[in-house]
Amino acid sequence: MIMTAHIIPLFVGISLAGAFITSLLGKKLKMLPDVTGSLTTFALLILSLLSVWVVNVHGILVYNVGAWKLPIGIALVLDGLTAFMLVTVNLVAFLISIYSINYMERFTSKWKFYTLFLLMVAGMNGVVVTGDMFNLFVFLEIASVASYALVAFGTERHELEAAFKYAVMSIVGSLFILLGIVFLYSYTSTLNMADMAHILAQKGTSNIILMVSVLFIMGFGLKAALVPFHAWLPDAHPSAPAPISAMLSGVLIKSLGIYALCRIFYNVIGISSSLSSILMVLGTLSMVIGVFLAIGQWDFKRLLAYHSISQVGYVILGIGLGTPLGIIGGLFHLFNHSVFKSLLFLNSGAVEYATGTRDLQKMGGLSKKMPVTGTTSLIASMSIAGIPPFNGFWSKLIIIIACVEAGRYGYAFWAVLASILTLASFMKVMKYAFFGTLKEKWAQVKEVPFFMKLSMSLLALISLIGGVLLVPAVKEVFLHKAAEVLVQGTQYAVMILGG
Amino acid sequence: MMVYLLCLVLFCVGLYCVLMKRNIIKIIVGIIIMEFAVNLFFVLVAYRMEGRAPILSPDAEILNMVDPLPQALVLTSIVIGLATTAVLVAIAMRIYEKYGTFDITKIKELRG
Repeated sequence: MIMTAHIIPLFVGISLAGAFITSLLGKKLKMLPDVTGSLTTFALLILSLLSVWVVNVHGILVYNVGAWKLPIGIALVLDGLTAFMLVTVNLVAFLISIYSINYMERFTSKWKFYTLFLLMVAGMNGVVVTGDMFNLFVFLEIASVASYALVAFGTERHELEAAFKYAVMSIVGSLFILLGIVFLYSYTSTLNMADMAHILAQKGTSNIILMVSVLFIMGFGLKAALVPFHAWLPDAHPSAPAPISAMLSGVLIKSLGIYALCRIFYNVIGISSSLSSILMVLGTLSMVIGVFLAIGQWDFKRLLAYHSISQVGYVILGIGLGTPLGIIGGLFHLFNHSVFKSLLFLNSGAVEYATGTRDLQKMGGLSKKMPVTGTTSLIASMSIAGIPPFNGFWSKLIIIIACVEAGRYGYAFWAVLASILTLASFMKVMKYAFFGTLKEKWAQVKEVPFFMKLSMSLLALISLIGGVLLVPAVKEVFLHKAAEVLVQGTQYAVMILGG
Repeated sequence: MMVYLLCLVLFCVGLYCVLMKRNIIKIIVGIIIMEFAVNLFFVLVAYRMEGRAPILSPDAEILNMVDPLPQALVLTSIVIGLATTAVLVAIAMRIYEKYGTFDITKIKELRG
């Protein structure tokens, strides 16, 4: 029991060690960054799968850093939701790091890329495992600072402009989060999340909690790119190198934004009906406005970035409903979106690698020359548009059923409408980029190298069989455990402090 | 009460600077001002009237002491602020190399 808790700090430790070794030796040994990057993320993936098993056997685990007793020291917590997010983050991180082996050949100093990449993974894993408010802020900043540098990695005009815009908005968001933490600390005199939830439950509601909620919605909403705070995303995500776009859209906005938002609102402050309707309205706004903005885009990656805003809206809508079914739908969509959206960004990277353009109007008929890229992006497009039997269909279906079940017919209508518009916009992508006649310019285009194909095929396979997660036996272990944590709400305090 | 309000004013000055200024360097300075306002507020929250440093000594009886935890946290927060500022300044230098200006109204090639 005590020994199994030692698995938790490894998630941060291994990725930091990987980053350290890469930065120390990567400049001299040319092959080393590829090896450390892939091995580190692979080890993390195995560990995160192991953590799902551990949670099912042992229940919630708490690791006290430096052996300080619970309300005083920093606690790292492993529960169902944490294990779920760890699998999502590390699965995508592993597949992206093997993709980068070939893709990042175009850039100089690959070791810098892998160092920053592993630092970002460390930050995200840290945000997910931590049970301490200020520690959450520190890990959030580690991941954010690494991501500013990665967006600017190309150091061309557009990358720099996007990175500056992203950095300024994200720093302002972080400051709002810090201010919220300061208010919470002054009100409760503790930083441990479980202890904080306990004290807040005793003190009851007050205006300070209202103000803190607003600050957190602004701060984490900015990180998650919900609609009034989304302006940085369509610039930052397309400008980064393709693996990083996949990482940012796939997992960064989810672990820094959605996960932290849900953890704090459900488990620490406690969800109320007004908070829940704020989340649902924000989710629906992002869902609809994101997809309308996406339809008019001709830049492949920019179109995908707008769809990220829209799909994040689905997740927030599902989780904001607050019913057990809605939460399962939201979390399942979170997992699915991180798989198919990273696949789509990797596809756009593969097209850019082969042809050097991102403009959909200049492409055409690439499916003939690049069969693997064409097929995988067809699978991902159908998945994001919600066509059965791909994984996106099941999660959207659950969210819509949950809306109807809760009597929220209006939200269900908008969810269906956004899904139809998503389908329309991806038909445009497939028609212009991959089907149709091959332009003469692209007669010499070759399929991308092996590791890129491998990583895209694996992601396509996961989106094809993603529906398996809904089979009762699997759902019980993985999705249900995660949703349970949110459904239980502020009971979280009792479970951590008591166990 | 007055000091808290002054903290808020300082925060708003920084926010105004970020939102309204056109020069990249001034925006960075605005962010630094906001960071310092939040840090200052954090330290003020921990202050107790007539408080003293929380150091245990055998001869003096401690009646009123300030909360030491936020001071440790603010140190961390200052270091994080240093890292973000360093990244921002590095990006600003590269932007000047590419565009030849610090004026954000002239640096807007990304649209739509």
